[in-house]
Amino acid sequence: MKEVTTGNHAVSYGAMLSRAQVIAAYPITPQTQIVELLSNFCATGKLKAKFLKVESEHSVMAASIGASLAGARAFTATSGQGLALMHEMIHWAANGRLPIVMADVNRSMAPGWSIWTDQNDSLSQRDTGWIQLYCESSQEVTDSIIQGFKIAEKVYLPVMVILDAFVLSHTSEVIDLPDIKLVDKYLPPFKARDMMDMKNPRAFGGLVTPDFNFELKYKIQEAMNQTIPVAKWADREFKRILGRSYGIIEAYKCEKADTILVTSGTITSTSRYVINQLHAQGKKNVGILKIRMFRPFPAKEVVAVLSKAKKVAVIDRNIGYGVGGIFCQEVKAAFGNEKKHPEFFNFITGIGGRDVTPKDIQGIIDYTETHKKPKEDIIWVGLRK
Amino acid sequence: MRNEIPLEENLNSGHLACPGCGGSLSMRLALKALGRKTYLVLTACCWSIIDGPFPYSAVKIPLMHTAFETAGSAASGIRAALDILGKKDITVMAWAGDGGTFDIGIQALSGAAERNEDFIYSCYDNEAYMNTGIQRSSGTPWGAWTTTTPESKGEQKKKIMEIMAAHRIPYAATLSPAYPEDFIRKYKKAKSIKGTKFMHILSPCPPGWKTSSEQSMKLSRMAVESGVFPLYEIENGTKYTLNNPTADFKIKPINEYISMQGRFRHLNKEQIKFMQENVTSEWQRLLRKLKYA
Repeated sequence: MKEVTTGNHAVSYGAMLSRAQVIAAYPITPQTQIVELLSNFCATGKLKAKFLKVESEHSVMAASIGASLAGARAFTATSGQGLALMHEMIHWAANGRLPIVMADVNRSMAPGWSIWTDQNDSLSQRDTGWIQLYCESSQEVTDSIIQGFKIAEKVYLPVMVILDAFVLSHTSEVIDLPDIKLVDKYLPPFKARDMMDMKNPRAFGGLVTPDFNFELKYKIQEAMNQTIPVAKWADREFKRILGRSYGIIEAYKCEKADTILVTSGTITSTSRYVINQLHAQGKKNVGILKIRMFRPFPAKEVVAVLSKAKKVAVIDRNIGYGVGGIFCQEVKAAFGNEKKHPEFFNFITGIGGRDVTPKDIQGIIDYTETHKKPKEDIIWVGLRK
Repeated sequence: MRNEIPLEENLNSGHLACPGCGGSLSMRLALKALGRKTYLVLTACCWSIIDGPFPYSAVKIPLMHTAFETAGSAASGIRAALDILGKKDITVMAWAGDGGTFDIGIQALSGAAERNEDFIYSCYDNEAYMNTGIQRSSGTPWGAWTTTTPESKGEQKKKIMEIMAAHRIPYAATLSPAYPEDFIRKYKKAKSIKGTKFMHILSPCPPGWKTSSEQSMKLSRMAVESGVFPLYEIENGTKYTLNNPTADFKIKPINEYISMQGRFRHLNKEQIKFMQENVTSEWQRLLRKLKYA
């Protein structure tokens, strides 16, 4: 069924189609519409779920953890400050190996107050053990929520589905809403591997001495290693049953590219627009590598695409203060033990929700093509100095 | 009246509580009353240690350890899951100390109480952060020594029962492990009521109170008899019932209760008199509430 929907409502549809059973919610701009629509689905019976109106994001994640541990499929959504407030429980969800799915609408961290997009909120959670999927369209958002549960319930790690504030969250476009019967086929009801159970009463999350803790953490890394093949499988299954596929990364028009842009989120769509125009003009030496899965970082896959290029322009809508763009760090690290690597250019742009236009992308391409090496560690795009 | 203590044991021996711990006896009694169809939520507190390290557990029921401030929220999540999964007959009990209840957990507790979430919230109040080594909390009484009130605590204990009553939850009660029949009766009553139930247990702590371990039950009883910790119930936030140990109950002076505890040893006569005045006025206040309820 075709539906005109915003990125936010695309999240709500994804959670509804996944038949989430417990949704703990707390409002925060620009996420609020997600839980508003879910609240409506629960009130009208479209979704048979418990909708918990808790008093903070910290409690949102604690309640989601409790719900998941008691055997329910748990979903929630947040943004910026809310995600930061959850941080303690973000670790708890992953260390507790709970397959919770959460949408994060990227919002710049305060102060000063901002409701607009950049990725520092979600990227601050990169080492918590959550799987992270960055989306570029409403369709991808709906599909990624559904895929998120498929992956989470296989590897027992939580999944964060991430979308840009406003550019995606509040922008309407037509999406194809999957038939719920097909989603049911793709995503059967959740049967927890371990849960609170009277027949097998055990303690979860108790004191763990150095005798065991090391191994528990090792197992999270093992699960992360499994996540890449599992996510590929989940994507293939999605294609088979629901007809769409995204990959964990996507090489777009890279066949003849000697310069490749590395993108995530909606900057990918803008870049596609620019690249399409260039290719139409016969200029086919520029392509895009979209990174959809940031955690676990698909290093091998990224290297396989980028090693064919002479120059790589990583576009970061984030900053690791004191280092540079976070995607750029990860891309460079992926090449750490390779004998050869392309020249890396790190562009930082769009921080705090500043628009990233086709002109900016063209500027990035021009800079990369006209410089043998970057003149600066960070090339700022759209910055008013 | 005949009140039986169930023979059923849902707390194993071999747990890690200190000798004379009021918290372990309280858990034992609570689980006797609630039975095995109970899910337990433990926040950071002495009980995080008492239950034993992975892979052990001292209780015979499913247990979720959770972060310090999340007793109210984590229990809400479990309740929601059990309801949607059709397991409505399982009781959920959150268990937290005074730090986890009066201080860091009060937001989540207040949220859950406002929503009238269907679970039992138990606060075993040993009147300081005992698990981290005796630091003052807002549950610590005036005049007590702790490692962060090296001279004497200058503030009064927070009136947690009044805070909970203000939420108009269906049931709140004070409990003492020295009165096991009353204790069991209250937990059974809480189990039978839908909505948020708040159980405030005064829980002696020999290392923190600087008392000898064999005196815990005597101290528990003296706290009740002196009016420092009266036993009562509040229904729907307004209807108060006093559970006096005897019909002709009159509060005893606090002197003996205070003098038995090293944490009050530094107090002079004037200070003890001040404490007595506070206890008496709070007791009278409670009696007035009974009258006007």
